[in-house]
Amino acid sequence: MTKIKEKTVSILVNNKPDVLARIAGVFSLRSFNIESISANVTKDPGKSKIILTTKGNQDTLMTIEKQINNLVDIIQVSDLTKIPSIRREMILIRLKVSTANQNSIIQVVEKLHGRVLSKEEGYWIVEVSGDVDEIDAILARFDKLGMDDFTRTGTVALEQIA
Amino acid sequence: MKLKGAQILFRALEAENVDTIFGYPGGKVLDLFDELFRSHVKNILVRHEQGAAHAADAYARVSGKVGVCMVTSGPGATNTVTGIVNAFMDSIPIVVLTGQVQSYLLGSDAFQEADITGITRPCTKHNFLIQRVEDIAQTVKDAFHIASTGRPGPVLIDLPVDIIQMEIEEADLPVVTIPVEKSQTPIVEECQEALTLLARAHKPIIFTGGGVVLGKASQELRQFVKQVNIPVTSSLMGLGAFPASDPLWLGMLGMHGTYYANMAISNCDVMLAIGVRFDDRVTSRVDAFAPNAKIIHIDIDPVTIDKIIQSHVSIIGDCKATLRIFNELMATGKYNMPAGQTDNWLKRVAAWKEEVPLGYCTGENIKPQCVIETLYRLTEGKAIITTEVGQNQMWAAQFYRFDEPNTFVTSGGLGTMGFGLPAAIGAQVACPDRLVVDIAGDGSIQMNIQELATAVNNKLPVKIVILNNSYLGMVRQWQELFYGKRYSQTDLTGSPDFVKLAEAYGATGLRADKPEEMEAMLKKGLNTPGVVVMDFHVEPEEGVYPMVRPGASLNDMLLK
Ligand SMILES: Cc1ncc(C[n+]2csc(CCOP(=O)(O)OP(=O)(O)O)c2C)c(N)n1
Repeated sequence: MTKIKEKTVSILVNNKPDVLARIAGVFSLRSFNIESISANVTKDPGKSKIILTTKGNQDTLMTIEKQINNLVDIIQVSDLTKIPSIRREMILIRLKVSTANQNSIIQVVEKLHGRVLSKEEGYWIVEVSGDVDEIDAILARFDKLGMDDFTRTGTVALEQIA
Repeated sequence: MKLKGAQILFRALEAENVDTIFGYPGGKVLDLFDELFRSHVKNILVRHEQGAAHAADAYARVSGKVGVCMVTSGPGATNTVTGIVNAFMDSIPIVVLTGQVQSYLLGSDAFQEADITGITRPCTKHNFLIQRVEDIAQTVKDAFHIASTGRPGPVLIDLPVDIIQMEIEEADLPVVTIPVEKSQTPIVEECQEALTLLARAHKPIIFTGGGVVLGKASQELRQFVKQVNIPVTSSLMGLGAFPASDPLWLGMLGMHGTYYANMAISNCDVMLAIGVRFDDRVTSRVDAFAPNAKIIHIDIDPVTIDKIIQSHVSIIGDCKATLRIFNELMATGKYNMPAGQTDNWLKRVAAWKEEVPLGYCTGENIKPQCVIETLYRLTEGKAIITTEVGQNQMWAAQFYRFDEPNTFVTSGGLGTMGFGLPAAIGAQVACPDRLVVDIAGDGSIQMNIQELATAVNNKLPVKIVILNNSYLGMVRQWQELFYGKRYSQTDLTGSPDFVKLAEAYGATGLRADKPEEMEAMLKKGLNTPGVVVMDFHVEPEEGVYPMVRPGASLNDMLLK
């Protein structure tokens, strides 16, 4: 009954100012954290897509999904953990750079198909993206290379057409 | 021709066949109330906005239409919140119109500004903040649709004053579109599966809830039960959907359910649950609820399915449509039970009924249960009963035997003291020719007592039966049972003289202290025209039984 599980859902909504608050309300009522969120307009500018990840008891997550589906401005909810999909995150990382670590940084960034976006004196900002399962490993790696701070996007995800 | 926002709003209400609303004016809704002079819509002026929301709620329950209330911004709006949550918990379709400060002042802590859409987001089915005069008509259309379709519920429309004052050329108004119904998934297969399961049952039971009443499925239910001959129990919200005078009726189940309903639930092998959400007052300890039963769950709201009780067959559909399919399938003869399969079970149920019937002991004082029994007899079961909350509510549910749906109006999910009197007003507006009685406690009646003025001034002849035990009786009962009889803050000695209070409001007040006075006074009160307050001084420490202690299983009841 109490299996803890991570879940990524894709929610297609009418692009209304309070729709995010309504979705968030369903989670907070159950004391569930939204682990990550990303939202943007779709091909149809009247609609937005929200990708949201959360963790918790499976049964409760099922109820939450149904409750979200009941909200008026929700068009569709799909559980991306149940269908084949690509799930990625992007990170911006600020690194303290010196002659000692500079080459290693360049190597790692290249290996991860990332980019160095800015090179101010002593500090670089790099961009990398990765599969959600890789992100923690990537961060650990940069941490060793003098990471000063970072920002991650929420998960973005898209269903694969089977 | 130019139209003002307020005018568009009232036209939209008229288009929804609204004839009566419940409201209270204020600075931000002067234009709306002024529009009453030009509209067919009539307002019942309440004395507190909570009363407006409860009256609209009861109006909806009794009439089957959407109830409407209209209040000012800020405190007017926040005063409706208890009423909104009440309607939300019991899935009642109401539309709440709230005034709001000028749209350009929103968020500036303007005088009498309250973020009512924010406040009511978790307790409305949906709410709207109108931002353009062009949107008013469509929003009203959508609000009524949302409130009344699917699982019904309250919808709030917040109306900034500048928008309702704004004028627009009639020709420039957009055409209102009719909201599309959500398509229902076909359910015939599930229905077949359900009836196959039911046909194999040796110890079946039907458990109905508010969904049957709200879904207007009472006739279909009766027809179905006639064919399958299975005992029926119901939650508080479902009372009346199945006639209490039928021999298959088991009474209410749950915390204060009958012994036999709770025993039957605890021992059944198949349960057909229709329009219920398995509230904790019904299930008590969930893992001991119908422990040996396969459960068939019908509900219009997918959220209720498997939320608390795991079902073996689930049907997401409205009760009326589903029961119609059941009845059609039964007519094929394919789902009949083998003769005699449930004979032992029906005997067992009858034995439980005889073993511990609902009852009480008579004594020196008036017994509250006896007042309700007598009320039932004198009104021939034909009154619309509203209740307050507490013991009075439970005794009403146990001892007034409801034969028709929409005649028992009670605050089930929220348990709102102060609901009964404004609810009686709303019910009386919906049914001017019916006898409407509020069964009250001396505590609850004081929570919206000001509505006596509404009843008197609008000539709404509601009758109020106060079961006056000088205690917050239900809380006192818990203190007696679980807190060593330490009656902390539940003694209500010092309440006003309800006879004088009634008279001060222009109503009739009557009082009875002795059992031998009770019936004559009740008769007199019911036959007196106009609003009547009947103050019955009853046994102060009477308890409601049976009682399932919180956390206990349903078959573990205190009987005395
Ligand atoms: C608004 C509100 N406040 C508090 C309660 C908690 N409560 C439940 S029953 C009850 C006692 C009700 O007393 P009374 O109206 O005299 O009815 P009785 O139980 O004596 O019939 C109280 C205080 C409530 N249900 N609603």
